[in-house]
Amino acid sequence: MKAGINALTAIKAMIKGPVTRRYPYVPANVTQATRGQLTLDIDKCIFCGLCRMHCPAGAIEVSKPDRTWQVDQFRCVICGCCVDYCPKNCMKIEQTYLTPSKERIILKFTGAPVQEISDQSPEQS
Amino acid sequence: MSKQIIVPFGPQHPVLPEPIHLDLVLEDERVIEAIPSIGYVHRGLEKLIEKRDYKDYVFIAERICGICSFIHSATYCEAIEEVMKVEVPRRATFLRTIWSECSRMHSHLLWMGCFADSMGYENLFMNSWRIREKILDILERTTGGRVIQGVCRVGGVSRDIQKEELDKISGDLNELIPDLKELTRVFEEDATVQMRTKGIGLLPKDKAWELGAVGPVIRGSGISVDTRLTGYGAYGELDFKPVVKNECDCYARCLVRAEELFTSIDLIQQAIDQIPGGDVKIPVKGNPCGEFFARAEQPRGEVIHYVKANGKKNLVRHRVRTPTLANIAPLVTMLAGCELADVPVIVLTIDPCIGCMER
Repeated sequence: MKAGINALTAIKAMIKGPVTRRYPYVPANVTQATRGQLTLDIDKCIFCGLCRMHCPAGAIEVSKPDRTWQVDQFRCVICGCCVDYCPKNCMKIEQTYLTPSKERIILKFTGAPVQEISDQSPEQS
Repeated sequence: MSKQIIVPFGPQHPVLPEPIHLDLVLEDERVIEAIPSIGYVHRGLEKLIEKRDYKDYVFIAERICGICSFIHSATYCEAIEEVMKVEVPRRATFLRTIWSECSRMHSHLLWMGCFADSMGYENLFMNSWRIREKILDILERTTGGRVIQGVCRVGGVSRDIQKEELDKISGDLNELIPDLKELTRVFEEDATVQMRTKGIGLLPKDKAWELGAVGPVIRGSGISVDTRLTGYGAYGELDFKPVVKNECDCYARCLVRAEELFTSIDLIQQAIDQIPGGDVKIPVKGNPCGEFFARAEQPRGEVIHYVKANGKKNLVRHRVRTPTLANIAPLVTMLAGCELADVPVIVLTIDPCIGCMER
């Protein structure tokens, strides 16, 4: 039974300084594989709703008539399930973590209105 | 005879990472009886199986526990794969083993930190967690998640680890060994640790067996019980011996966990040496029909995932028996007769994971 055997490690740690970083003032150390937050390329999205159906957290809402796609980033668990299912590969997980916030962050995208394009096309022809 | 009083311990207590309530019946400072009550963090995750696709449920199974998450998802996948008679690529089973052992290491290091904290040994707590960060870095680099890995899928795993990365993991773990040896030495030799753990929380060998203790609790009582010996996953091809201690007290359980860190490193090194090439995932089509019990060794002991399916995309039943539930009865036995000041230390030696137990 010995006393103070951890003293050497403690002194070394004091000389070396802290191993932690002052996040969020200093950016987090991320890797290529890190799952930070979910984003969407709305131009590719066909509003099929597969991501909404398979989301384990129920964070995604898709409306085909309104052509909107939105994710509640506070409910999203960044599992990547939606990315696996997306038939158009329009979803992506970015490496950077979500910025801390007091308000609930809802990321909403609205697609280009198809109706107008189809309305315009007969006029043009 | 002194007057008996009841002192509530928890659900909010500085030493408890998660909420559990114990009614301690005291006579002076001595605990006569401990009456546990649970149910503070029940989330109804088992019921969710009726609403979610069995493939998507892997992500929910992983979130049963916030520490040993990977092993939950791997065990659930094994159960489904067994029901569907899917042969998982061998490379995927080896990768699952590597990640499972990394999870075990980070869980044990977290526990060692919390345990040191329960004794008031803040410096040791910081050191344990500093070392744990290096394991979390390996996990983040290879899976994308620090604690919740999210790589297990029915039919394999979603990410592969390249040869260079495997060599890097091996090198990182070798570099970690001196730090871990130093940490283990402190737990073995330090006067503070010994005074707070030796001869405290005794769980005799016969009692441990009779009450069905699992994991490091039963191995600290001199019984060699380890589900990894059944050879599930890639464990059948790897050589290892469970760490067993005969002292039956808190000190023994602490040393079992400390020495298991080296067993895990050895298993990862063996898996890296023997890992075969090939695919990591095979496509799984159709729905499961049948039932199966899958067993696995978690950092806290044996976990059982039972699944029952009737050919639809939603399973009929998913039942989990977590190691903490099995260790509650031994905990009550250990607490009877101890001093009030030793209660936090004894409660922590079973490594209680309440979120896991109540789901």
